[in-house]
Amino acid sequence: MCMRRLALAGALALTTVAYAADLGRELPHTPLGKPLTAANVPTIWPDGRGLPAGQGGVVAGERLYAERCQSCHGERGTGGSGGHLAGRSALAGPNPDRTVANYWPYAATVFDYIRRAMPPAAPWSLTADETYALTAYVLHLGGVVPADAVLDARSLVAVRMPNRDGFVPSSEAREAGVR
Amino acid sequence: MLSLMTARDGNGLLSRRHFVAGGAGLLVATPAALAGLDLPPGMTRPGGGFGVYGQPSPHEKHTARAIAANRDLPGNGVSWTPLQDLEGIITPSGLHFERHHGGVPAIDPAQHRLGLHGRVGKPLTWTVAELLRYPRVTRQLFIECGGNSNSLWNAEPRQTSAGAMHGLASCSEWTGVPLRLLLEEAGAEKGATWLIAEGADAGGLHLSIPMKKAMDDCMLALWQNGERLRPEQGYPMRLVVPGWEGVTHVKWLHRLELASEPAMSRFETGRYTDLLPSGKARQFSFVIEPKSVITSPSPGQLLRDKGVYQISGLAWSGRGAVKKVEVSADGGKTWVQAALDGPVQRQCFTRFRIAWQWRGQAALLKSRVTDDTGASQPERSALVAERGRHGEFQFNGIVCWAVDEDGEVSHVYA
Repeated sequence: MCMRRLALAGALALTTVAYAADLGRELPHTPLGKPLTAANVPTIWPDGRGLPAGQGGVVAGERLYAERCQSCHGERGTGGSGGHLAGRSALAGPNPDRTVANYWPYAATVFDYIRRAMPPAAPWSLTADETYALTAYVLHLGGVVPADAVLDARSLVAVRMPNRDGFVPSSEAREAGVR
Repeated sequence: MLSLMTARDGNGLLSRRHFVAGGAGLLVATPAALAGLDLPPGMTRPGGGFGVYGQPSPHEKHTARAIAANRDLPGNGVSWTPLQDLEGIITPSGLHFERHHGGVPAIDPAQHRLGLHGRVGKPLTWTVAELLRYPRVTRQLFIECGGNSNSLWNAEPRQTSAGAMHGLASCSEWTGVPLRLLLEEAGAEKGATWLIAEGADAGGLHLSIPMKKAMDDCMLALWQNGERLRPEQGYPMRLVVPGWEGVTHVKWLHRLELASEPAMSRFETGRYTDLLPSGKARQFSFVIEPKSVITSPSPGQLLRDKGVYQISGLAWSGRGAVKKVEVSADGGKTWVQAALDGPVQRQCFTRFRIAWQWRGQAALLKSRVTDDTGASQPERSALVAERGRHGEFQFNGIVCWAVDEDGEVSHVYA
């Protein structure tokens, strides 16, 4: 033990700025984590894992949007303090629209974000059906799904977003398996 | 006496060598003669009492964060560190920049739990009190928002203070538990290549970080500058991801999940991705590239008299340590190496300094950092040529301040 400590001290003395993260491992401690039975927030993955049961369509979404979303996002998603949702100007053009329909690569992310963050005054207040309906309406505003679309877990992940292949991962992400 | 140290470098920059040559002649001792007993007023009566938590002088009220927030949602916005009013490398905790998407939650530490689940042998949960018994590490590290300096993508240079342009970057001494200890305790599975970290704020901001980084040097930070985290910095705990984009340093951390892929959350797809002229976007652009900015003199400041000024600024790189900073007073035609305050630390602000003789001439001040990987700051024009003007994030181009004949400092593209 003594030898080990001396070796460690010697190694640290050789570097001008000690790499502090290495120190943590050397300090003895008692593991104190208690068993976790269930996570309180389920992650929704791009392939749809984690999506709840339920369904909702563009028609119901339009009604909800007028009540809960329009004051910040404008009529038919044309914008306000919450930013516009519907624009489809080319990403390579002079005024690219980084909107949900034009930019986001996965439809499941839209459901996830609406559920956890919208409306900002009351996140997690929308039911699964309401969240599917609003997702359908926002995707419809951008022309990604038709006016009669009804979405559930299965049909939502079947929606192919127009910019699905628009992203170039960094070397750090590629190293961790993202293509 | 000043003629002894006439500048031999571009437009008045004085390298240290010139001080050695001409320094002795500069020392002009002018001790103020006291007329009778003209005492400072504080010497003639007792001063104020004690305070439980010290505050800045009332004469320093201008040293404050500038705020820009959403009118319908005041907790969604930013506040900038007033870089132009600060010295050294440590940002006072109350002046650290803020970027909140759903406001600052009021968290009772006795009720807060950190959960770790997903691809682990045993899902675990900790109380704050339990985490306070783990080994701790301390590091001085900058945090920079990926959207810092984003006005420099605009076609016209914005006219505001250095802090209100570049102050979504701050530097603190962070203390906490090496994240690796918790991941090892839960028994990370071999296929766990990503860590999803989620905050307990409105909107539950969540981000995906490669497991390699999480195991390497990430920290579950509980202290900032010697005291427990401020609420706006993630109290009771935040993730610190040295050298990586600010959004990865998830505040109010309450949930960690190991997985074999990223979550593709809103903040790593729809936002914090850097659109290129081709229409493609850089994604997971985690690492903060080398960057520097002159904080004094800077826009809004005025050179009142001709003479020698101390140019001072900050440099940093997420890739490693600052190797050198060069300063130009002629818009980049000639460069002189600045002095660095030590010790120079990895992924930490580094203060640079150089003296400059201003004879009342127009000047274009620039700084350019090179880190110990050899990477350096590009000219803004080169960065814009490569990335276009719609990337929004990750601006690290060279910044230029113009000094005119009246001593006024403004922001220019040059």
